[in-house]
Amino acid sequence: MKTLKHSWPFLIFIFICSVIPVYAQEEHPATSEKGDSAENKETIFNASEFIVEHVSDSHEWHILTKKNGESVALYLPVILFDREKGLSLFSSKKLAHGHVHNGYMLAEEGDLKGKIVSVNDDGTVNEENIPLDFSITKAIVGMLAAVIIGLFIFISMARSYKRSGIGPPKGLQSFLEPVILFVRDDIAIANIGIHKYEKYMPYLLTVFFFILINNLMGLVPFPPPFGASVTGNVNVTFVLALCTFLIVQFSGNKNYWKHIFATPGVPFWLLPIMIVVELIGLVSKPFALMIRLFANITAGHIIVLSLVCLIFIFETVAVAPVSIAFVIFMDCLELLVAFLQAYIFTLLSSLFISMAMPEEHH
Amino acid sequence: MTGATFAAIGAGLAVIGAGLGIGRIGGSAMDAIARQPEATNKIQLAMIIAAALIEGAALFAIVVAMITK
Repeated sequence: MKTLKHSWPFLIFIFICSVIPVYAQEEHPATSEKGDSAENKETIFNASEFIVEHVSDSHEWHILTKKNGESVALYLPVILFDREKGLSLFSSKKLAHGHVHNGYMLAEEGDLKGKIVSVNDDGTVNEENIPLDFSITKAIVGMLAAVIIGLFIFISMARSYKRSGIGPPKGLQSFLEPVILFVRDDIAIANIGIHKYEKYMPYLLTVFFFILINNLMGLVPFPPPFGASVTGNVNVTFVLALCTFLIVQFSGNKNYWKHIFATPGVPFWLLPIMIVVELIGLVSKPFALMIRLFANITAGHIIVLSLVCLIFIFETVAVAPVSIAFVIFMDCLELLVAFLQAYIFTLLSSLFISMAMPEEHH
Repeated sequence: MTGATFAAIGAGLAVIGAGLGIGRIGGSAMDAIARQPEATNKIQLAMIIAAALIEGAALFAIVVAMITK
């Protein structure tokens, strides 16, 4: 049926979501080790812990904590590969609160804090054989959701072009076509040149929309697939920068390598230093891309979270209007930053690609 | 003076640098727009790009401060 064909991305997403069991009504262990359960003192709100928990990645998607300590969370699957025990797949609920499951637990302190480690029979952490962690974490779910949204938007756009041919755009096309033309004209053709830009358009468009969709999804706090800070995760931006780096290296022509290893116009005794400097420059440009995107997005999240935390620090509702006004203002700024960072990443990628194909100028 | 204090001071200094840089860009952009109002769009675009790049540099320092803390 035609309708089923169009709705397959949603079906895939729903399938993935249904595989993730939701465990609500989970009890926290009775009290802290210090006893004192009779007093039931309210803990002081720890803003930095709250912020760090919301900005960083985790194996469970914490939705809310009820007043009596129960927490409602989506427990995401944990996938581990260990040389001794092979592949393990279980829900992260089994690892909650420091429980040990199948010899694995979440390390609470030390260098490996926050990672899943293997536990020996006597209870000590096995430091040599740390399992490879392929778990589906919060950021990965957010990224998959962004990918599904992106695929849905662009495949339906491509389909409508196929059906009605090239003509005046209508509907979703009229919104996205100017953006795609902008990426082509002002980013690709302007930097790479009109003869060579076509090879790189798929990559530039993909990276632009991937970063844009993930940035925007990170701004929406609720419901679950939104609100995971994907681009605020340095591993994700590392991979994006790595893609740019690899594409630049693989499209380097002879002049490019000559400029690095035998910079023209440099006296021979200066060459060793120049090579080191050029190699550092080679790596530092994608490194800057990675840090720039990660820091901008994470800083935005931290600012918004801090402003919301103000209400809890002052413990009065009267701060709420001021705080919410600031949060709205910061969110507008974050919207600008979302678009800007996607644009800058794509612009700099195309610039580096164009610098990989310098022309002879003797 | 603990390490965290130094990290905070470092981050503050980085923000001073970024503020000065972006302020200068804004100033030159405004001079340029005053001279040639029809080029406003191009000048604005260039200004925003330069501001984002300077912010990138400042955020480097903040990231280093966060790591060493």
